[in-house]
Amino acid sequence: MSVLVFTENWDGKFKKLSFELASYASKVAEMLNTNAVALSIGNVDESELKKLGNYGVKKVVSINNDTLKSLDDRAYTSVIAEIAQKEGSKVIILSNNNMGKGLAPRLSVRLKAAIGAGVSQLPLSTNPFTVYKRAFSGNAFAHLELKTDVKIITLAQNSFELIETANGASVENISVNVDASNIKVQVKDVQKQTGKILITDAEIVVSGGRGMKSPDNWGPLVELANLLGAATACSRPVSDEGWRSHEEHTGQTGKIIAPNLYFAIGISGATQHIAGVSSSKYIVAINTDKDAPIFGAAQYGIIGDASKVLPKLVEAVKEVKGK
Amino acid sequence: MKILVCISNVPDTTTKVKFVDGNTKLDTTGIQWIINPWDELSLTRALELKDDSTTGVKSVTVAHVGLIASEPTIRKALAIGADDAIRVNAEPADAYYVASQLAEVIKKEQFDIIICGIESSDFNGSTVGSMLSELLDYPSVSSVSSLKIENGQIVISREIDGGKEIVNVSTPFVAVVQKGIAKEPRIAAMRGIMMARTKPIKLYELIAAEPLTQVVSFEMPKPRAACKFVDAENPKQLIELLQNEAKVI
Ligand SMILES: Cc1cc2nc3c(=O)[nH]c(=O)nc-3n(C[C@H](O)[C@H](O)[C@H](O)COP(=O)(O)OP(=O)(O)OC[C@H]3O[C@@H](n4cnc5c(N)ncnc54)[C@H](O)[C@@H]3O)c2cc1C
Repeated sequence: MSVLVFTENWDGKFKKLSFELASYASKVAEMLNTNAVALSIGNVDESELKKLGNYGVKKVVSINNDTLKSLDDRAYTSVIAEIAQKEGSKVIILSNNNMGKGLAPRLSVRLKAAIGAGVSQLPLSTNPFTVYKRAFSGNAFAHLELKTDVKIITLAQNSFELIETANGASVENISVNVDASNIKVQVKDVQKQTGKILITDAEIVVSGGRGMKSPDNWGPLVELANLLGAATACSRPVSDEGWRSHEEHTGQTGKIIAPNLYFAIGISGATQHIAGVSSSKYIVAINTDKDAPIFGAAQYGIIGDASKVLPKLVEAVKEVKGK
Repeated sequence: MKILVCISNVPDTTTKVKFVDGNTKLDTTGIQWIINPWDELSLTRALELKDDSTTGVKSVTVAHVGLIASEPTIRKALAIGADDAIRVNAEPADAYYVASQLAEVIKKEQFDIIICGIESSDFNGSTVGSMLSELLDYPSVSSVSSLKIENGQIVISREIDGGKEIVNVSTPFVAVVQKGIAKEPRIAAMRGIMMARTKPIKLYELIAAEPLTQVVSFEMPKPRAACKFVDAENPKQLIELLQNEAKVI
């Protein structure tokens, strides 16, 4: 028996979420009295693979195969399923990000394994196997029983802390046969964002809404984000108007994020917006309207005009950081 | 080319949800039901493709797994412009169950492009579309933010963590779509509403399928602490609270 964790790397370096997943998987393995095994697909060197051991993983299975260079959901599913079976994995853990959302459901059908999707905590119990997950876009949570022998969990990004241990992991390089003629998704072009903090990864997100009034007013907001090492985001009308890029839109129909700190500046706090940010640990709201619903979701608030408050806030951060 | 858009029937997104039967079931009293926002955008994109004569798209069908009570939602999809609809007469027990029903229908009806929204706003699973593709053994592309047909070729832009990729895929396939696929949902015009009444809804009876999950109970989010206000003239105090009290910066 084992718990299998599917890791992701970016140009050969593990994404932070892989260490989050490894920490989570190790805890689940502890609950089940077994070990966590990590699967890495891609060209990742040994010293990087070994880092997973710092987060409690006992063994790393590494596959470096040219046919798997780009993501074909069907091919990846076959490989993950093969390794899961070989490792006797009873629980398989993936990220609830773009990749995990594509792979986990296929794996579920392949292995007849129930999915708990978008989970943000350890299982509530292992017998019956019950997870706690978001429902009704964050307006409720469900206790979901996974009734099958093998279970799949996709973990919400940023929802689990990194737990470092002194373990070392063994690394096993494995080769798999992937029939290239079965690859039906052909990647023609890759456009990578460089030097930008992704809002799904960011621990702090500074977000602006229609209350920012115009795309020309974003300067101090971006400055605040830069000072805090934060990503920038926006509400839906802002991206619909083309003031900011679509990648920044958070909410029910945008990105769902769970940073430690979320600044909602000139954002009313409509339920559809809150649906995407309610898992933030802390929300700070800046709004001229004292009755704006965002104050109902925020822990800290300033009633005031963003154009006046933001420059002062920037100064305050500079002062504090300068100390 | 035939497109199928799978639609889910969900409570209006502003609904304050409540539960009954010891918090095991949604209290449906007074709920307004709508097409799941993602599916509405998928339908909009499918209709745009059909409107464009260069794409070769001949028809747009919608499919839904649900009981008779969800027919108004299907009629709305027809009013927006879908040519016809399919309803599998079954209570949607879980994602696997729904995907199994849809897979049966698709095997009989044959479509070239199947579009599912990335998640439904009630169970937030992000699972039906990719499950369906595996049940059919079709290729799938998820996190699709743009879908075009150029010279008979499918051109998709999909979001990856940290950028985007342009991919080609052969039909039949399943696209699981997210933000960007269409901007504003198309609204039904009067003519569409009149025509919807006469458009066919084909009924399928359910096949046997075992749900893999079961909701044991629902619970409401834990109430957050009341908002602490800081004087607009003194934002420094906010930064101090974030540093010393919340310890997040
Ligand atoms: C199906 C559906 C899905 C949706 N999905 C999303 C989604 O994913 N994300 C999303 O964000 N929205 C979504 N919406 C839209 C949502 O309902 C709201 O319309 C939207 O969130 C409002 O954005 P806003 O708060 O920026 O703008 P507004 O509602 O216009 O609010 C602006 C706020 O700024 C304040 N303000 C004005 N001037 C200032 C100033 N000078 N300084 C400080 N504050 C000021 C105002 O008091 C107000 O509270 C969705 C809607 C539907 C129907």
